[in-house]
Amino acid sequence: MMDDAILSVENIKKYFPVQGGLLLRVIGYVKAVDDVSFDIKNGEIFGIAGESGCGKTTLGRTILRLIEPTSGKIYFKGKNILDLKGRELQEIRRDMQIVFQDPYSSLHPRKMVADIVGEPLIVHEKAKKSEIRGRLVELMKLVGLSEEHLYRFPHEFSGGQRQRIAIARALVLNPKFLVLDEPTSALDVSVQAKILNLLWELKENLELTYLFVTHDLAVMEHISDRIAIMYLGKIVEIGAKRNIFSSPLHPYTEALLSAIPIPDPELKKERIILRGEVPSPYNPPMGCRFSSRCPNATEKCIEQEPELAEFRPDHFVACHEYN
Amino acid sequence: MTELLKVRDLRTNFYTYRGVVKALNGVDLTIDTEEFFGLAGETGCGKSVTALSIMRLIEEPGKIEGGKIIFNGRDLLKLSEDEMRRIRGKEISMIFQEPKTALNPVFKVNFQIAEAISEAYNLKTKEAVKKVEGVLKDVEMADPSKVAEQYPHELSGGMAQRVLIGMTLSAKPKLLIADEPTSSLDVSIQAQIMKLMNDLVKKLKISVLLITHDLGLIAENCNRVAIMYAGNVVECGDVRTIFKKPAHPYTIGLLAALDMSKERGNLLTIEGIVPDLVNPPPGCRFHPRCPSVMKICSVEKPRTLEISSGHSVACFLYDNGRRLDDG
Amino acid sequence: MVGISDLRSNFKRWKMEHKSQIEDLQYSLHLWRRSPLSIVGSILVLSIIITAIFVPYIAPYDPIEQDIKKRLGPPSWDHPFGMDNLGRDILSRVIYGTRVTLMIALIVTAIGGSIGTLLGVVAGFLGGRVDEVLMRITDMFLAFPRLILALAFAAALGPSLNNMMIAIAIVDWPIYARLARGQALSIKREDYIEAARGIGASKWRIMFLHILPVCSSPIIVQLTLHMGTVILTAAALGFIGLGAQPPTPEWGVMVSDGRPYIMNQWWVSTFPGLAIMIAVLGFNLLGDGIRDILDPKLRR
Repeated sequence: MMDDAILSVENIKKYFPVQGGLLLRVIGYVKAVDDVSFDIKNGEIFGIAGESGCGKTTLGRTILRLIEPTSGKIYFKGKNILDLKGRELQEIRRDMQIVFQDPYSSLHPRKMVADIVGEPLIVHEKAKKSEIRGRLVELMKLVGLSEEHLYRFPHEFSGGQRQRIAIARALVLNPKFLVLDEPTSALDVSVQAKILNLLWELKENLELTYLFVTHDLAVMEHISDRIAIMYLGKIVEIGAKRNIFSSPLHPYTEALLSAIPIPDPELKKERIILRGEVPSPYNPPMGCRFSSRCPNATEKCIEQEPELAEFRPDHFVACHEYN
Repeated sequence: MTELLKVRDLRTNFYTYRGVVKALNGVDLTIDTEEFFGLAGETGCGKSVTALSIMRLIEEPGKIEGGKIIFNGRDLLKLSEDEMRRIRGKEISMIFQEPKTALNPVFKVNFQIAEAISEAYNLKTKEAVKKVEGVLKDVEMADPSKVAEQYPHELSGGMAQRVLIGMTLSAKPKLLIADEPTSSLDVSIQAQIMKLMNDLVKKLKISVLLITHDLGLIAENCNRVAIMYAGNVVECGDVRTIFKKPAHPYTIGLLAALDMSKERGNLLTIEGIVPDLVNPPPGCRFHPRCPSVMKICSVEKPRTLEISSGHSVACFLYDNGRRLDDG
Repeated sequence: MVGISDLRSNFKRWKMEHKSQIEDLQYSLHLWRRSPLSIVGSILVLSIIITAIFVPYIAPYDPIEQDIKKRLGPPSWDHPFGMDNLGRDILSRVIYGTRVTLMIALIVTAIGGSIGTLLGVVAGFLGGRVDEVLMRITDMFLAFPRLILALAFAAALGPSLNNMMIAIAIVDWPIYARLARGQALSIKREDYIEAARGIGASKWRIMFLHILPVCSSPIIVQLTLHMGTVILTAAALGFIGLGAQPPTPEWGVMVSDGRPYIMNQWWVSTFPGLAIMIAVLGFNLLGDGIRDILDPKLRR
């Protein structure tokens, strides 16, 4: 584990049992997250990229113990948070918060914004509503909203505004670490730009660390410091942003990068179009998970799973081509 | 290339409790034959409403208030419902964002495609079924005979969208309207589907109206594009010109916001938020957010001017093809 | 001393803080106005409630006072609903009966509804064994025809108004439990509930302050729609003699009392029967109206 790592994930697995047959015995597992390890440095924006079904959302929620991992360790500021229970676990929640993808379902539809954003304070500090008003107004201003918005209901806001409210809720307890699960994917382009600017500002001013999950590689390239690419529950490549984008190693990374539509008609792209469908995390192919779609797959790839290994300084890849 | 669809001054309103939502405020569009035309804009700009208005699928509490939709020489707004039904699905077809929900969950794929074929060619279902595998092969479906026997829920999003493309194109429409056809699909599948659409368009010589908020998709696939904002087309032209020399301040702002190469925290944004269409701003609907706003913008609605061949813009900054300010 | 300007600014603040809720209420009112059936239902129910409140001022005679000379007298100007077999004015008894009926409906619904809802939310949210146990218990109750079961409980507890209310509540709670459980199950995976867990809210806090408020709409609708059934069940039990005891003017008992005289003195059973019908109809229409107003798909 790195010395300056605020979060360290070790061999995390999350398997969802699948029941079948007359007696509903467990007949298999959906291996949503399958042995994932990485460190996040204090103050950095660590990105996790991948398509749907790759496990990035499950991973984000598992790190926060919204989903309990099947096995593995999660160290936050040196302590394994999987050992924590009850009051201690609740305390940790002050430091680790999450912003969800869908601003239309992450805010309680029946509560006023003031109640939504203020609830963490009531839960943790047993504060009374009258005491926290000042803090709530301050938070609204921090995310670019105004005091009167506190007294409205979520359905009265646009997607971008709701996301700001969700961010305010995540910040109210002064956390150190934020998981951002596709925070701008549901937003329009011009709104996305504002939210990304806001997230950067907040990170700098409040000294936060982000785990930024998204499938949008253009956003990923802009916002993150280091990136991990996930495919079917496994990390296939990790490295600094510059390296991943300028010299990707894993064939899936290459295909993913080439698939991003670029708003520039002059750039004629060499599109790598992958054949086949994304396999499901239930019964993944043996050997390398990507072998069924990989243009360079060999016999070894189909039989043996490649390990994640450092090919260049601080640039890891899980592919037999590089081992 | 001749004119296939010409929309002039299309106005559509929605009568709701909060008031009248003036969704389309005089939309102008021209699509030629064998053209891949993009209609771009953000949420609420009216692109989907435009498509539904063209198909005359607007229902209570919505109403098409006025304008002309000339398709192959006939004004669709003047047709009877029966005549319109002969055009819908046969000459103009539409596919939507969520392919799985557009398919009937209780019927197998082969039945649904056969139904579309028999409608299109006036065949009996038994005859139509023979053509199903052909259609599936045309949409590059892996393992067509297996897929034909499956139910919609067994298909992935990409496969379902292929089935829908097959169904709609089996009628050989002249115009295919695709409303966010790949938004719910993964990026790698999106690439497959867009390539398929491009190939089929060239083979069948049809026109496509691609509606999307994703400017990257437009840049890669379309030859011309119209940008919409709050119920109006603000700019229209060929893709190269629009992306390289955008004229309307909104288009400029939109393209700038997409530029992810800017430093973190310094992404370019457009001031303000999308207007409330129950009480839209007077004059140009973009004027409260426009960095180059002038007095006239809050008073009169800008007329559409052609500033160079095939490139038109609705903005008072332009007069006789010249930009008025220093910008 | 609180000056005028203080009051004004306080009022301004109150308006700002409640603007959204007031607008929501106005929108609900608008939806209500658009549905003639809910207006009818509301009027009927309101009439019953007002009658029940102002009973002593409305009823022309004492409901228990007997005038044997006038027994089984037909409807007349003095006695618009006629007289029953013991010489009591039926109109007054029907009016006093609204209190009894309303009380039964409210108490049974309150008890059955609250117990059922609480158990249902807990079971739906916690899942696992708790849910299994609750499901099997509700299965047991729901396996019996409701009326028979209520009859059994009422008979076992002994004939009295209070016991009848308890019996009906015991039979009804599983309905609400099932409903609440279903709601809890469908909501608990929503992001905003995950968010509540993310901020460290305890299970109980989530169940009662997050899940319950969202369940409340369909449950309120069900409660209102169900009032009619409760009234009918109470009337049925009263009819058999297991409910209110004489001389309490309960409509079901009154219908039963008129049974031997149905051929020639039709008014003895008919007017209380009409009262039952109006009450049930009113609550059903009101329930339908409330359901339409609260239905999130029809709003906005």
